[in-house]
Amino acid sequence: MSIEQSPAAPLRRPGLLDPAILGPATLSAFIKLDPRQLVRNPVIFVTEVVAALVTALFLRDLLAGNAPGFSGQIAAWLWFTVLFATFAEAVAEGRGKAQADSLRRTRSELSARRLSTDGASSETVPATALKLGDVVVVEAGELIPGDGEVIEGIASVNESAVTGESAPVIRESGGDRSAVTGGTQVLSDRLVIRITAAPGLGFVDRMIALIEGAKRQKTPNEIALSILLSGLTLIFLIAVVTLWGLAGYSGTLLSVTVLAALLVTLIPTTIGGLLSAIGIAGMDRLVRFNVIATSGRAVEAAGDVDTLLLDKTGTITFGNRMATDFLPVNGVSGTSLAEAALLSSLADQTPEGRSIVALASGDYGVPTPAAQPDAVIAFTAETRLSGVDMGERRIRKGAVEAVLRFAGVTAIAAPAEFSAAVDRIARSGGTPLAVADGERLLGVIHLKDVVKPGIKERFAQMRAMGIRTVMVTGDNPVTAAAIASEAGVDDYLAQATPEDKLAFIRKEQEGGRLIAMCGDGTNDAPALAQADVGVAMQTGTQAAREAANMVDLDSSPTKLIEIVEIGKQLLMTRGALTTFSIANDVAKYFAIIPALFITTYPSLAALNIMGLASPQSAILSAVIFNALIIVALIPLALKGVTYRPVGAAALLRRNLFLYGFGGLLLPFIGIKLVDLAVTALHLV
Amino acid sequence: MTLLGWLQIAALFLAVLVTVKPLGLYMARVFNGESTFISPLLAPVEAGFYRLSGVDPKREQGWLAYTLAMLAFSLAGFLALYAILRLQAFLPYNPQGFANVPPDLAFNTAVSFLTNTNWQNYAGEATMSHFSQMAGLTVQNFVSAATGMAIAVALTRAFARSKAATLGNFWVDLTRATLYVLLPLAIVTALVFVAMGLPQTLDASVTATTLDGGQQVISLGPIASQEAIKQLGTNGGGFFNANAAHPFENPTALSNLLNIFAMLWISTALVYSFGQMVGDRRQGWALLAAIAVLLIAGVGIIYWAESQGNPILTALGLDAGGGNMEGKEVRFGQSASALYAAVTTGLSDGGVNAMHGSFTGLGGLVPMFLIQLGEVLPGGVGSGLYGLLVFALLAVFVAGLMVGRTPEFLGKKIEGREMKYAMLAVLILPTVILGFTAISAMLPVAVASIGTAGPHGLSEILYAFTSAAGNNGSAFGGLSGNTLWYNSTLAITMLLGRFAYAVPVLAIAGSLAAKTKTPASGGTFPTHTPLFVGLLVGIILILGGLQFFPALALGPIVEHFAMLAGQTF
Amino acid sequence: MIQHLRPAFVMTALFTLLLGLAYPLGITSLAQAVMPNAAQGSLIRRDGAVVGSQLIGQATTSPRYFWPRPSATAPDPYNASASSGANLGPTSAKLAERVKSDIERLHTAGIAGPLPADAATASGSGLDPHISPAFARAQIARVARERGMTEAQLSDLVGRVEEGRLLGFIGEPRVNVLRLNLALDAMKS
Repeated sequence: MSIEQSPAAPLRRPGLLDPAILGPATLSAFIKLDPRQLVRNPVIFVTEVVAALVTALFLRDLLAGNAPGFSGQIAAWLWFTVLFATFAEAVAEGRGKAQADSLRRTRSELSARRLSTDGASSETVPATALKLGDVVVVEAGELIPGDGEVIEGIASVNESAVTGESAPVIRESGGDRSAVTGGTQVLSDRLVIRITAAPGLGFVDRMIALIEGAKRQKTPNEIALSILLSGLTLIFLIAVVTLWGLAGYSGTLLSVTVLAALLVTLIPTTIGGLLSAIGIAGMDRLVRFNVIATSGRAVEAAGDVDTLLLDKTGTITFGNRMATDFLPVNGVSGTSLAEAALLSSLADQTPEGRSIVALASGDYGVPTPAAQPDAVIAFTAETRLSGVDMGERRIRKGAVEAVLRFAGVTAIAAPAEFSAAVDRIARSGGTPLAVADGERLLGVIHLKDVVKPGIKERFAQMRAMGIRTVMVTGDNPVTAAAIASEAGVDDYLAQATPEDKLAFIRKEQEGGRLIAMCGDGTNDAPALAQADVGVAMQTGTQAAREAANMVDLDSSPTKLIEIVEIGKQLLMTRGALTTFSIANDVAKYFAIIPALFITTYPSLAALNIMGLASPQSAILSAVIFNALIIVALIPLALKGVTYRPVGAAALLRRNLFLYGFGGLLLPFIGIKLVDLAVTALHLV
Repeated sequence: MTLLGWLQIAALFLAVLVTVKPLGLYMARVFNGESTFISPLLAPVEAGFYRLSGVDPKREQGWLAYTLAMLAFSLAGFLALYAILRLQAFLPYNPQGFANVPPDLAFNTAVSFLTNTNWQNYAGEATMSHFSQMAGLTVQNFVSAATGMAIAVALTRAFARSKAATLGNFWVDLTRATLYVLLPLAIVTALVFVAMGLPQTLDASVTATTLDGGQQVISLGPIASQEAIKQLGTNGGGFFNANAAHPFENPTALSNLLNIFAMLWISTALVYSFGQMVGDRRQGWALLAAIAVLLIAGVGIIYWAESQGNPILTALGLDAGGGNMEGKEVRFGQSASALYAAVTTGLSDGGVNAMHGSFTGLGGLVPMFLIQLGEVLPGGVGSGLYGLLVFALLAVFVAGLMVGRTPEFLGKKIEGREMKYAMLAVLILPTVILGFTAISAMLPVAVASIGTAGPHGLSEILYAFTSAAGNNGSAFGGLSGNTLWYNSTLAITMLLGRFAYAVPVLAIAGSLAAKTKTPASGGTFPTHTPLFVGLLVGIILILGGLQFFPALALGPIVEHFAMLAGQTF
Repeated sequence: MIQHLRPAFVMTALFTLLLGLAYPLGITSLAQAVMPNAAQGSLIRRDGAVVGSQLIGQATTSPRYFWPRPSATAPDPYNASASSGANLGPTSAKLAERVKSDIERLHTAGIAGPLPADAATASGSGLDPHISPAFARAQIARVARERGMTEAQLSDLVGRVEEGRLLGFIGEPRVNVLRLNLALDAMKS
């Protein structure tokens, strides 16, 4: 391994329509015209075939010396229609490619120091030669050659190449922080790593493949939608081909060019052209959120999730108990209890201790004492109390029984006031800490899990969206119930073991619900695998990351909520553009049908409700509008339609109005405007 | 249009509205295998049917077995009817001594009645013996309707069940639909019809000496019994050539309303049964609302267009006030004729009380368009419900994504498999209608059959294939359909319209039944709201109708403008 | 498929017996027993001889009678064993010609002004027993002249034979031509 390897640049995130992307995308749009590639997209493939046909006719006319200005323009715009569609896909891919390129740089020319089986000697080999189960050593400044698990040592690692996050993370053997990713850099110390992924199959490789869309497979919903679009294409193909015969009845000979124009405007080119861009962009949005999905299917499933299984700690609460109240007894004043609590916690550097100090000096205004304590009694598992000795005072705080024992009071003999306070705290799901000064009981500190601000509103939104939130906690049922009601979750799973989680998921799935959860430990792996959407923390174990179908690079459990929203947005964008595309057809009929038959049946001019200038301008305008609308909608396809966390009925009303009615009306205006331009420019 | 005319239309829809629930609940009981108030009478007959045919009523079938049973039964019905028609000269109840029906006409007619179409390339009173009418046509009127109900019920069960491998037993559904629903209603309706003036006799005809001193041979027959099931089963095949315009089939304005009511009742009530069987009656009401919107709009347009009269005839000296009376009966006038025309085509009934081919351009466009929408308003008995559900699937799929979930209908996710079969089903109508019409329009031998030249001729051909594909049976009568070309192509069209639709529907049923039923939540696409009704109407119009717009533009729409301009062909 | 053939054929046979024979024959016996007149076609007899059905129109061309609407049945109008409409489209030249000649015929017969819509259009069945009250009234002058009656007498007669809408809104006002003509004959005697 060569030390001069430069640390990989942080992951680059290009903007929506970055000029650096548009250039290569234009080139790629042409490459994608290859019919062998396009055949995957039936709507655009048909458009291409038709464009080729019209071009051939144009060339024939040209050679025959006719003036084929009209068919030439139609041919050109049909090609533009195809190009705009391939361009949309290329732009969406291009955004991923920029990221993939910066990731790929991390892998270039990695080498590894492989330990021999007995661990006595090491040899330097190219990273590509590593096999599953090989053990390698990585020291400070070196890049980790492949995905693996730390089996020895602890070190800080810079994972910015993968996560974009510059703060180093700690990796150590055993526990939940043992997984390392190939291409990341060890900053300090030394790690011994067992390789867990064969070359080319590692995390970064998978990530690159996904981002580039190289191995992109159509998701189930995309397949269903493609079937619908292909079916519609067939229907309109039949309608257009038979029109030739129907027109023949009245002695109208329709040219292939105008039939081609009619066909392409009727088939759902808008959604057909943007469908894969929407899918790629959806994955990309997730990547921007620092979440990597192993498949598009998982992103779709996220939109369908019915139940969110959320870990209490870190997601719903801050993860440590904090003092929220002092309850004095025996006539002690609140301030003196606060003072005693503060003194007892001065040397306590746990978050709980710090929160007691903060509460006493904040809400109760107790000043920090000038005198140093004579002795500090630290917390141990046996004594279960801590405190200080200061002159005469022997102040202790701790578990209720421990403090009572210290004060020499039996539980039965404890003052009623004291027992009542303890009970009240316990019932509310909190933890009581007793405080005593020598034999005198001073009162109780109320410690509780503090729910994150705003989380309750978030859950209310979830409920409006029809998503049930279930809190998973190791707490006893009483504590769990209290926190659940405070946080506003719909249900909770108390004293949950990994088996309980798995059983819960299975039960929900039996009832037809889709479950999302996140986890990081090895024992979460089965549940992560069982869940429809399993999000593993990047800091988690390799087992968890393998079992999950998404990895959160920020390791933030709250992400689950955003992931669901991204999934929904992806599906909504698809639905909105499909609806829009289909609704567009009405206007196109009114543009083209009168134009086709005006010579045979002049009375059909009554159907030309847009008042288009001439039959030729009408047909050309419809084709041009049909092509331009694809370009106009690329930003929407990439950005996704606006998502609001409201119920399905409200969403439908809004989107149906916007994309359904909008799709019905817009082309009437659009085609008319294009027609005005076409006429003004004397294109026909 | 008059207020009284609209009142009559409103009265009919109101009558259907208030009676949908009792029949819907009753049918839900019948198809859930529960006993009903007439079970004591019918249960022994039912058991006898199963015993004699070797059916175990307890054994349910998967979608494939159900489909095969349905096809086997249709085949048997076809062979029986074909044989009766071909041999009618040798069979009893042939007082007129009619000859055997020629092969191509017998083939066309057998297919036509088997598929619940009842397209008639013959004049009943001049072709069919009483035996053929009774033992041949009437029987198929019953069982083709019962077959449609069975398929609809199978699809309903697919939505009602969760993780199910079976859809019910075709033989049981067929038998129960016939014995418990169709037969009792037919008996009551037939007797009411006789009371209203429909003849019911085995005599062939009676000869009258007219006031002018001439002889008038008045054809008679067992008409009431056939009319009853013709309407209840949405068959539409008349005893007489003139169908329900004939005074013996439809003597009064009241019998006319009963005719329309009889054809609407079971189809609409079955939609209610659907809601009941899937455990959410609001779903049934939502579907009924979508049907009502389109159907009433259809009635309104026909009524308006026909009331305007035909300007060409007005110019010759006819009073436009009476509307276009060509092809219509005085006792029905514009309102009752428009109502009948829209309902008979929104349903796949196909009986007519006025000649659609003589309607004005727009007045004739509407019946044709209502059929092209897929016979779902509310469509034939059973077939309408399953056609409507296919549209509901499409509506949910297209717009359902807009709420950000994989589309689901009644808790069943709509995925690739369902879309594939739904598109197969939806494709069949435009393919056969437009395909055969285009070929016929270019084929001299086919064009020779048309009755009125110009755009109307194209409408006649288009209407014929539309009617056959939609299994409707009504016609723009100017077309002489009894030719080898039309007998065979229309028969193929009817077969495809029935079976190429029903088989994919049963496949969808099989696929849906196997899925887990997802409980509804706030994130679920709501399918019982006015918004969904509007969406469904839009999808039916755009996915079901838009592809026919070019053809319609060249037929009835051009004719409409020509008529306004006073142009004749 | 094979295992489905037995039930298919057996059930077809059973249904044919039940629905094709028992049902229509049962209804026939019942109808003939309870409502023999209706079941036989609502025939009208005069002096024992059948003159027609009150439901079926008949061709009366004598100027002494009220005329029915044009009929498109073949080979003759009002052929009650071959019902049929003309089935001509609204833009049919044949239709326009036929209507024109019918209008001329009626004008010749002394009916002036725009004619009621039913007067020169063929019904769907070709057997329409009714005409509109307007068409009946338009013929009063001619029949009165031919029969030597007063128009008031005939106007009164038409009024009596005319049928209104059921319950005031179902159906259309109409005059049954056969019943009107029979009543006319009855007045003479």
